[in-house]
Amino acid sequence: MYVAVKGGERAIENAHAWLAEERRGNGDVAELSLAQIREQLSLAVNRVMAEGSLYDPDLAALAIKQARGDLIEAIFLIRAYRTTLPRFGATKPVDTGAMDCDRRISATFKDAPGGQVLGPTFDYTHRLLDFKLAAEGGESLEAPKAAPRHQPTPHITEFLAGEDIIQREPESEAAPGDLTRQPMSFPAGRDIRLQSLTRGDEGFLLGLAYSTQRGYARNHAFVGELRIGTVAVEMEIPELGFAIEIGEVELTECETVNQFKGSKTEPPQFTRGYGLVFGQTERKAISMALVDRALRWRELGEDDLGAAAQDEEFVLSHSDNIQATGFLEHIKLPHYVDFQSELELVRKLRREAGADATREAAE
Amino acid sequence: MTQDYNFAYLDEQTKRMIRRAILKGLAVPGYQVPFASREMPMPYGWGTGGVQVSAATLTPEDTFKVIDQGSDDTTNAVSIRKFFEKTAGVAVTEETEKASVIQTRHRIPEAALREDQILVYQVPIPEPLRFLEPRETETRKMHSLQEYGLMHVKLYEDISQHGAIATAYAYPVRVSDRYVMDPSPIPKFDNPKLEMAAIQLFGAGREQRIYAVPPYTKVVSLDFEDYPFEPTKADHACDLCGAEDSYLDEVILDDAGNRMFVCSDTDYCRSRREAGHVGRLGEEAA
Amino acid sequence: MTATATTAIAGGFSDPAIESARAFRAAMNVMARPGEIRDLDMARPPAPLSAAAGTLLLTLCDPETGVHLAGACDSAEMRGWLAFHTGAPVVSADRAGFAVGRWADLLPLDRFRIGTPEYPDRSATLIVELEALQQAGASLRGPGIKDSAALSLPDPAALAGNAMLYPLGLDFFFTCGGRIAALPRSTQISEG
Repeated sequence: MYVAVKGGERAIENAHAWLAEERRGNGDVAELSLAQIREQLSLAVNRVMAEGSLYDPDLAALAIKQARGDLIEAIFLIRAYRTTLPRFGATKPVDTGAMDCDRRISATFKDAPGGQVLGPTFDYTHRLLDFKLAAEGGESLEAPKAAPRHQPTPHITEFLAGEDIIQREPESEAAPGDLTRQPMSFPAGRDIRLQSLTRGDEGFLLGLAYSTQRGYARNHAFVGELRIGTVAVEMEIPELGFAIEIGEVELTECETVNQFKGSKTEPPQFTRGYGLVFGQTERKAISMALVDRALRWRELGEDDLGAAAQDEEFVLSHSDNIQATGFLEHIKLPHYVDFQSELELVRKLRREAGADATREAAE
Repeated sequence: MTQDYNFAYLDEQTKRMIRRAILKGLAVPGYQVPFASREMPMPYGWGTGGVQVSAATLTPEDTFKVIDQGSDDTTNAVSIRKFFEKTAGVAVTEETEKASVIQTRHRIPEAALREDQILVYQVPIPEPLRFLEPRETETRKMHSLQEYGLMHVKLYEDISQHGAIATAYAYPVRVSDRYVMDPSPIPKFDNPKLEMAAIQLFGAGREQRIYAVPPYTKVVSLDFEDYPFEPTKADHACDLCGAEDSYLDEVILDDAGNRMFVCSDTDYCRSRREAGHVGRLGEEAA
Repeated sequence: MTATATTAIAGGFSDPAIESARAFRAAMNVMARPGEIRDLDMARPPAPLSAAAGTLLLTLCDPETGVHLAGACDSAEMRGWLAFHTGAPVVSADRAGFAVGRWADLLPLDRFRIGTPEYPDRSATLIVELEALQQAGASLRGPGIKDSAALSLPDPAALAGNAMLYPLGLDFFFTCGGRIAALPRSTQISEG
């Protein structure tokens, strides 16, 4: 005899218990500490901070641990936590020109003031599995140190701007929009676009950026400069009447220099794409810069080539992996009411089509 | 790293923003009001819009009911009900009659709702024109100009191709002779119930839209004179309670493909069986 | 502490999350049912503002909403009270999300935003303080009303003109002491 399915509540509780057991894995293996995740999986931590829009390495490490290493799930945990935090105010814009750079490279000049600094990059590693790491017990390694540079490292694009050969960005004192506080509307404006891109899914942006390189709205990008390092974060305190430093954050900044033959409205000059992302996240920052540049076709008087990366509504509506994964995965939820209505409809249409066929055969 | 959350989880500023959107939604029935949807502790697509609307609507005096596919015991309904039990401390019920606020996914309860009740819908894609025109910039223009020809063309193409309108759920309606609205993916069987005594609120979290239908508002399912709208259901009675007027789930019973049909609204079915109604297979249960 | 500040701090919600939830339900119910009158009597704003209008401001306004104070409502006490309890900026009529005052002080209505064809929600909500509020007078029909309803509107002809702008237009709350009613732009009005 059929009994309607009951016990949803117990099923959920049991699923959660099993999940907790799986998260811990084999109890004979030492448990991961947050400090281990923060220190040894720092690029995962950086991605979670960047796409979670919350700069807190310890919380990001906790989220990664809780999510069993599923970074989108970890980003989700951070986002849901972030939205409950009260807002005390806005900081002043950070000055990336004053960045304490760990890495700074330019593809457009052989050398420039501040030099080419490779920093801790995978770039020239040979991708050979290092079985020494499998042995564990590796002592902490120390890299050779140079004397730190004390003067600011100028932006490469400044040199081009000095020659007036690169498009200048308009100065503005306007407070940028915030897509977490205002519903998105189109056209969104560059401030909202950049916010959306910097929170956007790394894989999605990588794919879009790659598509521009392969000819879907190609925009001839050079990495004018990529820099990674720490900047001071300052906040105006109304009671004090001046800004104080409240901490520092690690950022990756990428400025692309894009060839531009000129358009109906603009003279020939170089143009820019811009990427700025929390942490050491250079694949994301370069991708962001390429997509930002592709999205600027309208303001630069370029043609709409119908490419995905040029389509603001398409890019901004689909770049958020928390929105995307939620909606994608919701099709796991029961849909049997809708399915039943479709079932009835298809049966009815088939019955009618069958009746028509029988009638035609009889005639 | 412990933390206390506000009444009904959301902070007050967020609730005010949602409440303002609800009021504008009620003032312009069927129009989708943009709102800055927040990230909730459950995934987008799993009822975050409905949850935010419920959070902004609930008071401590409320009795809350959550259904998914008509049932109180589906896992996501259980999860949302528990969320508000915990964060708002509200009483919960599975009985439609006892609930003051009902959050639903995909169904309207069978029992007629009263003036003192509120029905909150979870909406995945609020834009009825979305699958005809993917761009928000375009669909917004179409609504402003009441340019609904595309929708009629789509329905008419169905008729010429299939001999009937091939939309079985999320069947578009026109509200108060003005806005074409997506009633959320309810089966079209439920469409006539959209004209009701209760306040209806619709929340789409991921798509950042809230809309509303005030009580007794005219809601018409789109159709043609020669192909009038038909609210359909499986041509059976409920095998448990014998109801002939309720929407039915089809359940596969065995490997031979034997089926039974049961009310999708589990509370409706329960209350009928308690009142002594018995369906084809119901007697064996007693 | 000055006298104004003392006034400003008094008369708010003692339990904001709970009281604003209850107050919103009253406001939502009257907006959903034009002509219905409900009690709304939680806040104690400075004179001449009514308890209902004050409660509504505390429930719906914050730093994201510009409020226009019309006529005698625009006093130092009122500004102080609004700033302390809501943080809402006081703005001119053409920038207001909400406006509050007596009917005569709110005129002319065309100073307020009525929304745009693509965003009709970007319109002002007016909180009109009335001497009397009763279910009599102008006859109302439309969404939220079973057959017809009646409400003592200050100027039925002007409000009927607002309804002609539909789906654009202003939305109204009417307050009197500790009671509230509403009139959305969707309501059709005829002289009762």
